Amino acid sequence: METKKKLKVSAIRNGTVIDRIPAEGLFHVIEILGLAKRDLQMTFGTNLESKVLGTKSIIKITDKFFEEDDVNRIALVAPDAVLNIIKEYKVVEKRRVVIPSEIYGLVRCLNPRCITNHELIKTRFTTSMTSDGIVLRCHYCEKETEQKNLQIISNN
Amino acid sequence: MKSLISINDFNKEEMMQVLDLARKYEAEPNCPIFSDKVIACIFFEPSTRTKLSFETAVSRLGARVIGFSSLPATSIAKGESLKDTIKMVSNYADMIVMRHPLDGAARYASEIAGCPVINAGDGANQHPTQTLLDMYSIWKTQGTLENLSITMVGDLKYGRTVHSLLQAMSHFNPRFRFVSCPELEIPWEYEHFLDSRNIPYSQHNVLEGQIQDADILYMTRIQQERFQDPMEFEKVRNLMSLDASMLTDTKPNLKILHPLPRVNEIATDVDERPEAYYFDQARNGVFTRMGIITYLMNQ
Repeated sequence: METKKKLKVSAIRNGTVIDRIPAEGLFHVIEILGLAKRDLQMTFGTNLESKVLGTKSIIKITDKFFEEDDVNRIALVAPDAVLNIIKEYKVVEKRRVVIPSEIYGLVRCLNPRCITNHELIKTRFTTSMTSDGIVLRCHYCEKETEQKNLQIISNN
Repeated sequence: MKSLISINDFNKEEMMQVLDLARKYEAEPNCPIFSDKVIACIFFEPSTRTKLSFETAVSRLGARVIGFSSLPATSIAKGESLKDTIKMVSNYADMIVMRHPLDGAARYASEIAGCPVINAGDGANQHPTQTLLDMYSIWKTQGTLENLSITMVGDLKYGRTVHSLLQAMSHFNPRFRFVSCPELEIPWEYEHFLDSRNIPYSQHNVLEGQIQDADILYMTRIQQERFQDPMEFEKVRNLMSLDASMLTDTKPNLKILHPLPRVNEIATDVDERPEAYYFDQARNGVFTRMGIITYLMNQ
């Protein structure tokens, strides 16, 4: 007999569902996408069970579709995130986030002596992958910041 | 328009072009080819050697120097931003030579200025003209930059000359030995850099025994302020110091380099040895900087 899975967060008709966000990364994703300041209908779920992550968060946003560049910015805090594009209650497209090769104005440089922490300058990093995760190299001071030390700048 | 902010801004071919120009200027130091140019030397923190070396290089090329070297007499003391200062100076000069205490300040300046910028040191980050003069000294004394064994000693954690030199020499198939105390070991990102290019290196805590197969011994100063315990500083300094008695069974082509100022990491009895090259190295700075200015002006 077929059992229908019960959704813990209610379905949306049109919009975007961002799935597979690490449970602890939910507020970072909200911050990065600037969702707190948007006049949109949204549902957030956190500490939900996940076969992939153990626990996860999920965001459902009604009538909102993101540009690829916008959404790839969340890859730093949610590298496994999947975007489900919903139309008439059906998933019409699934997109995985991709780590951008350059990141602008999103992360603070960890080096306190970096000029970006002293003048009004938009930060800029190039990204690379190592066995320990993503590493960000500051365009200005050339110091590297590891993923575990990332500090997200409040949304611009 | 090209600037020199980081040693990584120059590829191998560009570095060799600068070194060729330096050799030309060493043979003929007075070449007033830029008598129609004004070069601003703006030093946001004190400097003796680098500033004098640049001003000499500019003068020998026939250009005029404007600039400042102390903040109290400038608008910066009134709270002017770096951005505004650079905008203003680049209206006056054909090139800016800049030293600043903050990392990344020179890169930022190069993005704002309407003329080429030469980084004369930005905090603990880069000092690419020192690197090119180090390379010129190595090239001149060894006859090549390829396949050399380089031992670097002292403050390998904060020493920006060490970081830039190892990046620059990575184009020439080197082998490195790093000699420092655990507190001042080479940062992980530079180990990562060398690993990614398959460049062999080893790390040591005592200088004794690490000189004999070196072509270049690159000494650096250990600053006392890096240590909370003055006793610990003394112990480390003793393990990292060079005296003439240690220079036995070395390779005949060995040269000792030091970016200066020296404190006592090289005993004065080394100064008279044929391996000592640090004072000639400083002299090479003028020719190398003439080469850099010429190369960038012609871009």
